Amino acid sequence: MKLSCLIGKEHFTFSTLKEVMAKASEEKSGDKMAGIAAGSSLERAAAKVVLSRMTLEDIYENPVIPYEEDEVTRIIYDDINLHIYKSISGWTIGELREYILSHGNSQEDLLRISRGLTSEMIAAVAKLMSSIDLVIASQKIKVQAHCNTTIGEPGRLAFRCQPNHPIDNPEGILASIKEGLSYGSGDAVIGINPNNDSVESVSRLLHMSHEFMEKWGIPTQNCVLAHITTQMQSLEKGAPVALMFQSLAGTQEANDDFGVNKELLDQALQLMITRGTSTGPNVLYFETGQGSEVSLDAHQGVDMQTLEARTYGYARHWKPFMVNNVSGFIGPETLYDGRQVIRADLEDLFMGKLHGLPMGIAPTYTNHMIADQNDQEIAGMLTALAGANFYMGVPGGDDVMLSYQDTSYHDDASLREMLGLRPLREFEKWLEKMGIMENGRLTSRAGDLSIFDRREL
Amino acid sequence: MGNVSIEEIVNQVLAEIEKKNGKQTVQKSSPPSKETIVFSMDKKVGVDKPRKREAIDKAQAATPARIGIGRAGTRMKTDSLLKFRIDHAAAQDAVFKDVSEDFLKEYGLPLLKTKAESMEEYLMDLDSGRRLNEESAEWIRRNCPKNRQVQIVVADGLSSTAIETNIPDLLPSLMQGLELKNITVGKPIFIKRGRVWVQDEVASLVNCDVIISLIGERPGLATAESVSAYLVYRPSEKTVEADRTVISNIHKGGTPPVEAGAYLADVLEEVLQLKVSGVKYAKARHRSDVQ
Repeated sequence: MKLSCLIGKEHFTFSTLKEVMAKASEEKSGDKMAGIAAGSSLERAAAKVVLSRMTLEDIYENPVIPYEEDEVTRIIYDDINLHIYKSISGWTIGELREYILSHGNSQEDLLRISRGLTSEMIAAVAKLMSSIDLVIASQKIKVQAHCNTTIGEPGRLAFRCQPNHPIDNPEGILASIKEGLSYGSGDAVIGINPNNDSVESVSRLLHMSHEFMEKWGIPTQNCVLAHITTQMQSLEKGAPVALMFQSLAGTQEANDDFGVNKELLDQALQLMITRGTSTGPNVLYFETGQGSEVSLDAHQGVDMQTLEARTYGYARHWKPFMVNNVSGFIGPETLYDGRQVIRADLEDLFMGKLHGLPMGIAPTYTNHMIADQNDQEIAGMLTALAGANFYMGVPGGDDVMLSYQDTSYHDDASLREMLGLRPLREFEKWLEKMGIMENGRLTSRAGDLSIFDRREL
Repeated sequence: MGNVSIEEIVNQVLAEIEKKNGKQTVQKSSPPSKETIVFSMDKKVGVDKPRKREAIDKAQAATPARIGIGRAGTRMKTDSLLKFRIDHAAAQDAVFKDVSEDFLKEYGLPLLKTKAESMEEYLMDLDSGRRLNEESAEWIRRNCPKNRQVQIVVADGLSSTAIETNIPDLLPSLMQGLELKNITVGKPIFIKRGRVWVQDEVASLVNCDVIISLIGERPGLATAESVSAYLVYRPSEKTVEADRTVISNIHKGGTPPVEAGAYLADVLEEVLQLKVSGVKYAKARHRSDVQ
């Protein structure tokens, strides 16, 4: 493994693969805070050069966190297809980038080599890719999954209706669900972040959303994004769960902080298969995002983007219905400004897709970041162009419970119409039946939540 | 428990604030002329020809979420977009503008600083806002009275607006509450670009029993003026987050500042009696309630 390079008259030497990975990463505040970022632009470029010459075998033999010490590393390595890995282990990361971008290689080729790639290899190649590289590569892969609806079909774009309320008032949540549906948002999931994480309160919201779906015959899935153990208890007590949620991270240490591990996720999946309300086979919903490990001080000297890739390597083990990336949710100590968020969103979408995951993006920002609505809309348009499976839908873009901004119901409808994309198949039929959509466009009735008042009288 | 009720403190402080405001009314701006645009921040039904307007009114009343706002094609209507931009602008100003020096003078708060030399450093490096710079530490050593029961820290945190809006009511109410309970208080100080943990260093410098920080919360679009109070009993190297007691959401739409000050005085009194804070305090308190 070569760890040094000469650029002009300047000599750069790195001591570990982990250091090369961190220094080859695009500039992000979280890596700076962790003290692992490149010290200069030229050092960053030099690290990219060194990385481009690494072979897949170099990376395979040097996991950034040892197999013996970390459950995430173990899942990633245990799930690799060794036959495929061996057939490509001599490639350099530079060659891998060109393989991905070549005209001759399509989704089938990429998903095949994906089975032989560790997450660190996928992170490494993304570090050598520019924005357009990432978009072109992302467009090649569209991963499908099925819960009650099928997500990820070509030409379709789905949304999570996110009707949060500061104190979980069911009437207020229902009002935002109706608003979202009237804009065509909710085919990925009707997903409520609860303020109160008790089994009783979570069960109430599960029943309420399930009954509303039944009453109006809405082909989608419901989910209340409490801690997974709370959802499991609710389910065991008979609450209707169509999709089960959990946040994941890229080190065992960070997952310990999240209160989650392989054993628990196995139990959750089994419980959903035997007790959940949905058809499946994909019945889990994961959220991830660059920076969670550094904000928990559980990064172990690994850069945020590599840890995000490892999170995907972990997540794919449970064949989720959706993986939602929320880089930008934490704040400026991890991603400082709109530029850093846009870069992270593009990297994450590509890395998730190359892992074979049904990826969606939440181009989010908080009010203490140097970012605004314009940055968010740019990130939304770019990742939609790159073929994200889904986005969030938040009333007016303002989440009144979690205090951050995300894509609005209006943005959802706009992304579909600007790219000629349709809702998920079953859900589109329902929208047509309700008179909300015609030929893929909103009708004059759309955006009026009072259309749901009719049959309630 | 103290023998002065929250209500009494609230009334006293309100009376004083009224006196003060009496002087200020002169500065009020004159009513807007016909030439001035008055942009309404009120909720409106923006849906064109709704099927049932009352249903939207009712829905809007059930949640602070931006619903029933209508659309122009697939986009927001102009005033919805402007309202969003105004709320975001207020939130960003709350983070990025400093608490004014005149304000600090008016409330007798000395301006101290952390190691964060710029806003950029403060936002990107959390540790920089958790330690005082040398001059400020030295200033405290020389000028702050030591060995008091309570030390008060005011810090901008992530919202200068929260400090300028609430401290005029919150600080006098808290000081008065402590005075009526005969609790000794050090000299309140202001720490610029300060995060919660900086209180540990201040506590060790002044050797107080309890330290309380009144700190600006990260602003949401709904409000940019919320303050949180973090207090801890005798912090040390071993202090963890669970050892801190937090009272959040102090602003006119949550717990109003005058009431919050009186309430915090009660909490501080109990913490002094029980000699613990955070989760241990909550448990000890629960036990004494049960008994």
